[in-house]
Amino acid sequence: MSEDHGEHLGFLRRTVFSVDHKVIGLQYGLTGLVFLFFGFCLMMLMRWQLAYPGEPLPWIGGLFSETTMPGGMMLPEFYNSLGAMHGTIMVFLGVVPLAVGGFGNYLVPLQIGAPDMAFPKLNAASYWCYFVGGVVMLTSFFVPGGAANSGWTSYPPLSDIATTGQTVWLFGMVALITSSLLGSVNFIVTIVQLRAKGLTFFRLPFFVWAQFVTSFLLLLAFPPLEAAGVLQLMDRLAGTSFFLPSGLVVSGMPLPVSGGGNPILWQHLFWFLAHPEVYVLILPAMGIVTEIIVTNTRKPLYGYKTIVGASLFLGFMSFLVWAHHMFMTGMGTAISNFFQVTTMIISIPSVIILTVLVLTLWGGSIRYTVPMHFALAFLPMFAIGGLTGLPLGLAASDIHLHDTYYVIGHFHYVVAPGTLLALFAGVYHWYPKVTGRFMNETLGKIHFWGSFLCLNGVFFPMFIQGIAGASRRLHTPTMYAHAQGLQGTNVFMSYSAWILGLVQLLFVINFFWSLKKGRQAPENPWQATTLEWATPTPPPHGNFLKEPEVNRGPYEYSVPGEKEDFIPQNV
Amino acid sequence: METTGYGWGFPPSLSTQSPAIDQLINVVHWFAAVLFVGWGLFLLYSLIRFRAKPGQRASYESAKSRLPKYLEIGVVLFEIFLLIGLSFPIWSKYKSEFPREQDSLVIRVVAQQFAWNIHYPGRDGVFGGTDPRFISDADPIGLNPDDPAGKDDIVSVGWLHFPVHKPVIAHITSKDVIHSFSIPVLRVKQDAVPGMVVPIWWEATQTGQYEIMCAQLCGVGHTLMRGFVSIDTPEEYEVWMKEQESYLETQPGGQL
Repeated sequence: MSEDHGEHLGFLRRTVFSVDHKVIGLQYGLTGLVFLFFGFCLMMLMRWQLAYPGEPLPWIGGLFSETTMPGGMMLPEFYNSLGAMHGTIMVFLGVVPLAVGGFGNYLVPLQIGAPDMAFPKLNAASYWCYFVGGVVMLTSFFVPGGAANSGWTSYPPLSDIATTGQTVWLFGMVALITSSLLGSVNFIVTIVQLRAKGLTFFRLPFFVWAQFVTSFLLLLAFPPLEAAGVLQLMDRLAGTSFFLPSGLVVSGMPLPVSGGGNPILWQHLFWFLAHPEVYVLILPAMGIVTEIIVTNTRKPLYGYKTIVGASLFLGFMSFLVWAHHMFMTGMGTAISNFFQVTTMIISIPSVIILTVLVLTLWGGSIRYTVPMHFALAFLPMFAIGGLTGLPLGLAASDIHLHDTYYVIGHFHYVVAPGTLLALFAGVYHWYPKVTGRFMNETLGKIHFWGSFLCLNGVFFPMFIQGIAGASRRLHTPTMYAHAQGLQGTNVFMSYSAWILGLVQLLFVINFFWSLKKGRQAPENPWQATTLEWATPTPPPHGNFLKEPEVNRGPYEYSVPGEKEDFIPQNV
Repeated sequence: METTGYGWGFPPSLSTQSPAIDQLINVVHWFAAVLFVGWGLFLLYSLIRFRAKPGQRASYESAKSRLPKYLEIGVVLFEIFLLIGLSFPIWSKYKSEFPREQDSLVIRVVAQQFAWNIHYPGRDGVFGGTDPRFISDADPIGLNPDDPAGKDDIVSVGWLHFPVHKPVIAHITSKDVIHSFSIPVLRVKQDAVPGMVVPIWWEATQTGQYEIMCAQLCGVGHTLMRGFVSIDTPEEYEVWMKEQESYLETQPGGQL
């Protein structure tokens, strides 16, 4: 059970080295937001290069060292570092820590009526592991040769022969994966063991289910990549050759390794993690969106058991689709058919979840709050992300689209216009619970429309580029004839990205301004039913004033014959 | 180098397999567009019709229609059609139904940072043996100097010539890192993986000169790893071959 809840703890124990799940959740959330912003800035640098290849970066170009940007012009190795680090930072340091570490940590114990996570010290260890992993990742920019530059997928042999930054990257990854493992064990035990009296599994809010499935994905998918990371470290540092075949000749010189390895082994281990990882990003977002849509529609979730079943099935299937990332490695007919079939099957639970959420709106009384704007926008964005997965999941159409901008467009629609909008929805929705004040609605709406339009401006043209055959990861896209006619789209996308960056500043201003000046919020400002709203605002150490008891399902809205249009679970 | 035919939409479609691949991509997108627009209109309609109004409560009951279930079944059936009707046959033709070697031009493609080496077997139709030990600046693929089969072999760096309307079987490999051999106009793409040799094939339907891309991140010079294909008439191809052979004769050890 939870640690000592006394208020006698010192400042550092209360705010920095705390074991309270809410403090750790906020630490995760804020660190994740900072990393997201940093990763976004790396992208803005890349987007300048893509819009104006061969031209020096105005103003900020001079801030960089001569080894990365001589005369303000971006070198290819720095571009490759930006690409690899942008991917890693956004996924492993930004979205996952925010969705699981931030929202999960803060909300799961509250929503199940627990005073804390099952293992509070393990929880703190998980955050600090993440923090150290993140710092290690960032220091890699300062090692000789620069940060990792073999793509966020780090395919060997390129990553085995890359500069020191890759070693630092691997150390960082091992720390980050360890953090996820510690966290996932904690979530699973907490949800199984610490539910309030009367809170059966089928009375859990969908957000808790989503975190539960996510935790199993983290628990089962990350160890293979952790093992792979250690093997790659050994290849780099101890002269092994798990991923290096015999007879490699690099820059005209034979590579002094024992050989006998296979670079494709890395891809299997990597994608065995990285496909479930996609659902680690999406499921918590779906959980957040579900809570917000139900609360603001004022009616029960359409098909609660259906959506729970679909998310369990989604989690299970996510382990059986990894090789659809590897159709171009030389895969034969039978095995590719297997992975095409599983990939089509995994689209079905996603369709079901979207259907459930849309049908929930039917017959509702929809309130258009700022979080509701973001949550509703998640639906079409995730739909575009999902639908554009189809031609990539079919091996035959993947021949043309693989490794083009189409792929980047597809997964960004899932995680950027999709998941990130959901995470913003969550920030606006639970901010009053966490701080006792509302965020400013007008700024919130400008932030929403700016983000919504600009995200589409950045990512939709990627589909057009991909269909035209424009390859990803090119430092100078205009090098190829078929990409030259598309250069206008690159300029348009870059302007969208920079405006998107400016719009995010509104969010940052709103976030801090509202801490002091925001309108005061009562305990249950949205008139919601789940248990987190039954605590004082902000919830104290130990969460509940008296142990809650649950009497009903999570979404009892507009029950006929009742005076209020909501009945909290604990009433 | 041809630059015409490029712009928005697919690049020119110049192989026997490219129309089927383009058709599959088109069908999937039409399917996606119909689903998305239909679903989106329903979403918009619901958002407008069920907006909160003073004094009006949401209904406790869920929507009762069976339509979503039928639509989901429809989606599943269409996905089965995409798989079995379109994707499996195209992929199987590309991956398993190779033309006969005696009717084809058989070549090797050896990728390296940052160039494409094309290895032709020469007049005898037999590739000379290669070994990494023999790799040098003059011989990027490491032909065994003692192998008589290699004496007439031709190695072209960055330029891939082949005749139109004749199947080409290419054995793709790499000598350092993973590259990806991609010719967009032919809808050809295959990772070049060191330690593995993967055969692919294609047949061009029009002549012209186009680009080979490296589609997989392969290091600092990834962007510069551009090669060219020249799809020749049989006569042009013969002329080019003769040029290469006469060049070979001027090289020490070269004999025909």
